Amino acid sequence: MSIFIDDSTRLVVQGITGRDGSFHTNQMLEYGTQVVAGVTPGKGGQSFTADNGTTVPIFNTVEEAVEKEGANTSVIYVPPAFASGAIMEAADAGIAFIVAITEGIPVMDMTRTYAFVKDRGARLLGPNCPGAITPGVAKVGIIPGQITTPGPVGVVSRSGTLTYEAVNQLTEAGIGQSTCVGIGGDPIIGTNFIDTLRAFGEDPATEAIVMIGEIGGTDEQEAAAWVQEHLEIPVVGFIAGQTAPPGRQMGHAGAIISGSAGTAEEKMKVFEEHGIAVAKRPVDIRALIQEALAG
Amino acid sequence: MDIHEYQAKELFRAAGVAVPPGEVATTAEQAEEIARRYGGSVVVKAQVHAGGRGKAGGVKLASSAEEAREHASKILGMTIKDLTVQKVLVTPIEDIASEAYASVLIDRETQRPMFMVSPEGGVDIEEVAENRPEAIRKLRIDPRYGLLPHQAYSLATFLYDDPAQVKQATKLMGQLYEAFTSNSCSLAEINPLIVTPEGDLKAIDAKVSIDESALFRLPEVAAYRDLDAEPAAETKAREAGLSFVKLEGDVGCCVNGAGLAMATMDLVKYYGGEPANFLDIGGSSNPDKVVAALEIITADPSVKSILFNIFGGITRCDDVANGIVEAARRIDIQPPIVIRLTGTNETEALEILKEAGFSAYTSMDEVVEKAVELAAQA
Repeated sequence: MSIFIDDSTRLVVQGITGRDGSFHTNQMLEYGTQVVAGVTPGKGGQSFTADNGTTVPIFNTVEEAVEKEGANTSVIYVPPAFASGAIMEAADAGIAFIVAITEGIPVMDMTRTYAFVKDRGARLLGPNCPGAITPGVAKVGIIPGQITTPGPVGVVSRSGTLTYEAVNQLTEAGIGQSTCVGIGGDPIIGTNFIDTLRAFGEDPATEAIVMIGEIGGTDEQEAAAWVQEHLEIPVVGFIAGQTAPPGRQMGHAGAIISGSAGTAEEKMKVFEEHGIAVAKRPVDIRALIQEALAG
Repeated sequence: MDIHEYQAKELFRAAGVAVPPGEVATTAEQAEEIARRYGGSVVVKAQVHAGGRGKAGGVKLASSAEEAREHASKILGMTIKDLTVQKVLVTPIEDIASEAYASVLIDRETQRPMFMVSPEGGVDIEEVAENRPEAIRKLRIDPRYGLLPHQAYSLATFLYDDPAQVKQATKLMGQLYEAFTSNSCSLAEINPLIVTPEGDLKAIDAKVSIDESALFRLPEVAAYRDLDAEPAAETKAREAGLSFVKLEGDVGCCVNGAGLAMATMDLVKYYGGEPANFLDIGGSSNPDKVVAALEIITADPSVKSILFNIFGGITRCDDVANGIVEAARRIDIQPPIVIRLTGTNETEALEILKEAGFSAYTSMDEVVEKAVELAAQA
């Protein structure tokens, strides 16, 4: 078992003919993901031929990809100016799980898009996220498959490469993952920590969770309270940005300490108060998760 | 992107918000001339991207044009939170009967724009929020429908009792929301929003931050960027497509990805060092970016060692390795460089670096410890 993606995932790639879209379509196919369609307006009727020889039909709209190929999941690699529209198109076409990789979507666009997607009952992951991977089954997005291995630990993170670092630590220590999810570094995201933790909590294959947060906002604090109240499996936490100065955006649009709110220190303290073991360094995740699994 | 008060006021004026007149001066003589036109009784306000201008002595009242010149000559060139004041806003003094607070920002919890208003204006709103939360009204707005008439009215009645002021404030809330959305702000704040003895509402101070991601479609707002108001290294980084924030330490950091970059800085501190910067080279592995990153890091004289931490995903390690080799050829790099590369094309990268005489690591802890040690030895 896993969360969000499994062997029933039938993926449509929005922006399949672009530089990033085509590169990652190859990677996803190679990993074994069922990529059933691509969408690029104006290129309907053509097809995408992968490096491994697989051909994927291209449609003008997501609606056609759903009708003709039974797509149920979409991944978005379109430029920021059009990404918000692409997300709403996918939700309108009945896609249940939408993964937006695009970085730099205007926040005002996302406020409307978020409300739109909610209304249609779809789940949005991202934007500005690396996607999700269920090791050995399928990946949607850009997480490198070779660093993952199947197992009992769920990983959820606001970051991209820091997720890889954490997953790699687990894999090197011989600990596999059920699903690894990057929820994204923007202020407005479709799936937050609590949404992901809830899904892991309901997944029988997930026995422990690694939660990787960073400075800015209060999502981690709310998640910590939720964990204590609702989650029965252990959680190990890590927070990036202990050395970040207040008032400065640290790369991610959402990574900013406002006043005294959103510091790493505060988040780590709240984690500990709610029974989440805090790793001081990424490498410490190994021992803490081993302990959690043994306990 | 933060913009200056005078620019924020231009945006507010364009949306119909009542803002007193004002002009910008870059010399004391200009300030005097403007003050004379306003009759001499003016406020001279430092234009810098920092809060607490008043406390720092950057806001002064003048009762004559000569006095305005004297104030301007002191304020221009002064340093407020490491920023040098290069412009002052000269604006007529307004008589104040009462001060309130009004802002719109993005509420991350509900993922919606949110109004915050308080009848207690002219003070630090975070302080009010902490000590008297009941003095603040928060109202979330559905971005699809915008600010509805009854919502604007309810905000206005939280601030004022007088029907004429309620009417003005109701209109102002709509104008503030319009300024917020049409300029893709992350914050649009009026503090204080005053009532004059005649009963007129006016925004006498304004603070606006713009969502960087929306600047591509707002060329006029993008032109507000004041290159003098940001350190040269940050301008260079932005133009090269890098995220960079200067810090106080001596270990230069060059990392791919914002989260990993922060975690690397934290690890430097863990091993007893201090990071000199936050630098995210982003997802692409264009060697030119690596060269630009090294130019920025080596331009900082306090940097004693340089640390690369690259986890290849989209970023290919061999591209970064080529960038490092290329940079070493093009620029004179004094501080020692230590490199950690792992992930996509790691083997090729290690080969390239070895051939060029660099030593490389595959563990993050190892490389950070080494960088801290080298900085301490220098």
